[in-house]
Amino acid sequence: MTPGKMPKLAIELTGINKNFGNVCANKDVSLKVESGTIHGIIGENGAGKSTLMSILYGFYLADSGSISVQEKPTVIQSAHDAIEVGIGMVHQHFMLVDNFSVLENVVLGTETGFSLNKSLEASEYELHRLEKEYHLEVDINSVINTLPVGLQQRVEILKALYRGADILILDEPTGVLTPQEADHLFRILNELREQGKTVIFITHKLREIMAITDNVSVMRQGEMVAHLKTADTNREELAELMVGRKVLLRVDKVPAKPGKPVLTVEHLCFTDFSGVNRVKDVSFKVHSGEILGIAGVSGNGQSELLASITGIQPLQKGQLKISSETITPAMKADAADMRRFGMAHVPEDRQRMGLVTSFSANENSILGYHKDPAYNGLFEMDRDAILSTCKYGIEHYDVRPNNHNLRASLFSGGNQQKLVVARELERNPDLLVVGQPTRGVDIGAIEFIHRQIIAMRDTGKAVLLVSVELDEILSLSDRILVMFAGQIMGEVKASTANERDIGLLMAGIRKEDA
Amino acid sequence: MWIDFLLILDATLRISVPFVFASMGGIFAERSGVIDFGLEGKMLGGAFVAATVAYWTQSAWWGLLGSIGIGIVFSMIHGYASITKRGNQVVSCVAINIFAMGLTVVLANAWFGMGGKTPQLPKEARFMPIKLPYAEEMRDLPIIGDIYYELISGHSILVYIAFVVVPVTAWIVFKSSFGLRLRATGENPLAVDTTGISVNKTRYQALLFNGILGGISGAYLSTAHLAFFVKDMSAGKGYIALAAMIVGKWRPYPAMFACLLFSFLFVIKDKPEVFDLLKGIVPVNILNSFLDMSPYILTVIFLAGFVGKAVAPKAIGQPFTKEK
Repeated sequence: MTPGKMPKLAIELTGINKNFGNVCANKDVSLKVESGTIHGIIGENGAGKSTLMSILYGFYLADSGSISVQEKPTVIQSAHDAIEVGIGMVHQHFMLVDNFSVLENVVLGTETGFSLNKSLEASEYELHRLEKEYHLEVDINSVINTLPVGLQQRVEILKALYRGADILILDEPTGVLTPQEADHLFRILNELREQGKTVIFITHKLREIMAITDNVSVMRQGEMVAHLKTADTNREELAELMVGRKVLLRVDKVPAKPGKPVLTVEHLCFTDFSGVNRVKDVSFKVHSGEILGIAGVSGNGQSELLASITGIQPLQKGQLKISSETITPAMKADAADMRRFGMAHVPEDRQRMGLVTSFSANENSILGYHKDPAYNGLFEMDRDAILSTCKYGIEHYDVRPNNHNLRASLFSGGNQQKLVVARELERNPDLLVVGQPTRGVDIGAIEFIHRQIIAMRDTGKAVLLVSVELDEILSLSDRILVMFAGQIMGEVKASTANERDIGLLMAGIRKEDA
Repeated sequence: MWIDFLLILDATLRISVPFVFASMGGIFAERSGVIDFGLEGKMLGGAFVAATVAYWTQSAWWGLLGSIGIGIVFSMIHGYASITKRGNQVVSCVAINIFAMGLTVVLANAWFGMGGKTPQLPKEARFMPIKLPYAEEMRDLPIIGDIYYELISGHSILVYIAFVVVPVTAWIVFKSSFGLRLRATGENPLAVDTTGISVNKTRYQALLFNGILGGISGAYLSTAHLAFFVKDMSAGKGYIALAAMIVGKWRPYPAMFACLLFSFLFVIKDKPEVFDLLKGIVPVNILNSFLDMSPYILTVIFLAGFVGKAVAPKAIGQPFTKEK
C-alpha cells in the first residue's frame, strides 16, 4: 500500500461507554489515531486507558459507542475480530505460555491443518523474515521462561506482526524494562512507524510520552480530557491535565542528616520454594535520618528481600540488626516480632498483605497491632480505642471518603494505601520499611505519601524504600542500592545519580564492565 | 517360573486396561485446565450402560457405543457446570460420581430386579479374547513364542485398543495443532483468548475426548473383563487412573507405565508366593491393606516431590473469566 492511498485515520472511536457494575470505566470517550504515527494515551492508574484498549482489542464489549478501523465502521467482539482488521496488542502482563518455545507461542492460534510440525515449519521462515525486517532478533527455539522480559516483549511484538497487525497497541510496555531496554523498545517502535505501522502507546509516565509519541491523548477518571500534538505540549501541562490541578513533579526535601545505623543486614540469602536463589548474600545498612532506596527491575529479588527483612518469610541465612536487637535464622522471628523490635512495614501489595479488603477501615487500622493492650479489654476488644485510632488516621492522612465503617475494598487505591501508611507511621517506629508505596496510586496521593515518608526521615527515623519506579527512587532516596538477579550491583549517591548509570546497574552491568 | 512371571504380566495387562483408558481421558481434560475427578463416575456409568445395551442388543459393540454416549453426557454435564457456569470443578466431579453411583443401581434394579446386577452376557455379547495369528505355530519358539502366546495374544480387542490409544493420545497432545491449543489453554488461557481462540470451545473439545475414553474404560469392566454389571463395579478404579495420570505428570507414556505399575501391584497382591515372601517383612494382617493403598501412597510421594516433582498445568481448576 502506498502512503498516499492509506486511510488517514487508523482508528476512530466515538462515544465509547463502559461500566463495571457501578463503576464507570469509560465515559463517552472519543479518540482519533492517525495512520503511521505513534499515539500516546496517558492517564493515571484507573483512568480507563487499559479498559479502552481492551474494548478496541475485543476483550471487553463496550456498553455503547462505535469503532472505525482504517475508516471503515467495524464491530469488534473478540480478539479474533481485532486480529482480522489488523489490530495487534502487547499486553502489560505478557500473554505468553511460559513453557512453550518462542515459535510455538507465535504460531498458537494460527495453526493450519492437523499436524503441528507442518505449521511450525511453515512459520519459521516468515518469523525469521520479520525478525530481520524489524530488528527483533530472538532465538525462536528458546523456551519463554528462560528469556529475560525484554525479549519476551519482543516475542509479543513478533506475535502481533506475524498476525499481520498494522496497528499495534502497547499497554504500559516499559513497566518491566530497564531504561536501556526501554530505549531499545523505542527504537523498535520508530522502526515500525517508518514501515508505516500505527502504534498506540499507553503509559502513565510523562517522560515516555515526550520521548516517543507524535500525538497524545489524556484520560482522567474515565474521560478523554485532551488531544494534543506532543511537540506542542510539555510535562507540566500533561501532568496538570492528568490530575486536574497543578502538581509538583519534584519532591522538595532538605539534605539528609544520617545518624547511627538502625537496620544492619548482613549476608542475607533467600531460596524460594522451587529451590531458586532469589537473594544472594545481600548486606547493607540503613541509618537514622536517611532514606535508603533499592532500585531494580521488578522480580530481581526485591520482594524476597523485603519478605525476609520484615519477617513475612522466616530468615534463612545471614542476620539482621534492628537497633540493639540481633536477629538470626535460629530465632524464627515473624512479622509480629519484627514490629516489636521497632519496625513498621508498608507492604508491596496492599490488597494481599496490607489490608483485609472485606474488613472495615476500623478493623484494618489496627491489623498487626490488634494484640496491643490498648485495643483489648478483659474479654472483648475495646471498640472506642479502635475507633479513635481509625478516625485520627483518616483525618490526618486525608483518607476519602471520611467513613471509618466502610469496607476497605470500597476505598480507591490511593486511599487504601493511605490507610496502611497511617497505620504504620502512627506507631512511631524507629525503622520504616516501604515496598512500592505508590503502585496504583493516583498522583495526588503519591505527593502526599512521599511527603509523609520524607517527614519520617526528617524526624530522625530510618527508612528503607523498595520501588520499581526509578523516578520515585531518585526523588526520595538519599542513597540508592541497585538490585539485579538477587544481588546488590552497586551503590549510588542520590545527589549525583543519573538514570543511565542506574539503568546499567539494573541490567546487571557494573561500570567497570561497561 | 518363567511362565508364572509371564502370567503375572499377562494379568497386569488385563487389569490395567480401564486405568489406561481413563487416565488418557484424564490427560485430555486436565491438560485443558479442567480437573477431572469424575473419571470414577464415567467408568461406573459406562460399565452399566455397556452391559445393559449389550444385553438388550446382544452386541458388545452397541454396548461400547452406549458407554461412550454416557461418558460424553457426563463430561458435558461437567463441562456445563465448570466451563460455561464457572462452577467449582471438584464439586461438579463429586456430584457426577455420586449421581453415577446411585443411578446405576436404581436403574439396574428397576430394569432387571437382580439387586443392582445386570444379567450375565452370553459370549456373543461380550468382547472375547482374540487369538492372534500364528499364536499356536509360534508357541514352540523359545522365549519369543512364550511371550507372544501368553502375553501378547489372547486378549479382547479393547486391550489392544487401549495400547493404541496411548500413542494416539501422545501424538494429539504433543504433535498436533489441537494439542498445542489444548496445552496452552491449560497453562495460560488468557494467552489463548488473546490469540483469538475460544478457551471454552477448546475445553469442551478436550472433554469430548475425555468422555469417550472414560466411557470405554467402563465398558471394558462389564463387557470384556466380566460379563455383567454389578453395583459399585468401578470400586475406586477411576481414582487410581487419576493417580496414575498425576504420577505420569500428565504425560501419556509415563501415565501408561504408572497404570501398569499399579496393576502389577494389584496382581501380585493375590499371589500366595508373594505373600509368603513378604510375610517376614510386613505383618500379615496389614500386608493386604498395604498393597491396596500402594497406588495412593505412590501418588502422594510423587505429588510431594520426592521423586521428580509433578507439576500440574498452571491454570488447572480455574474457570476462565475475562472480567476482573
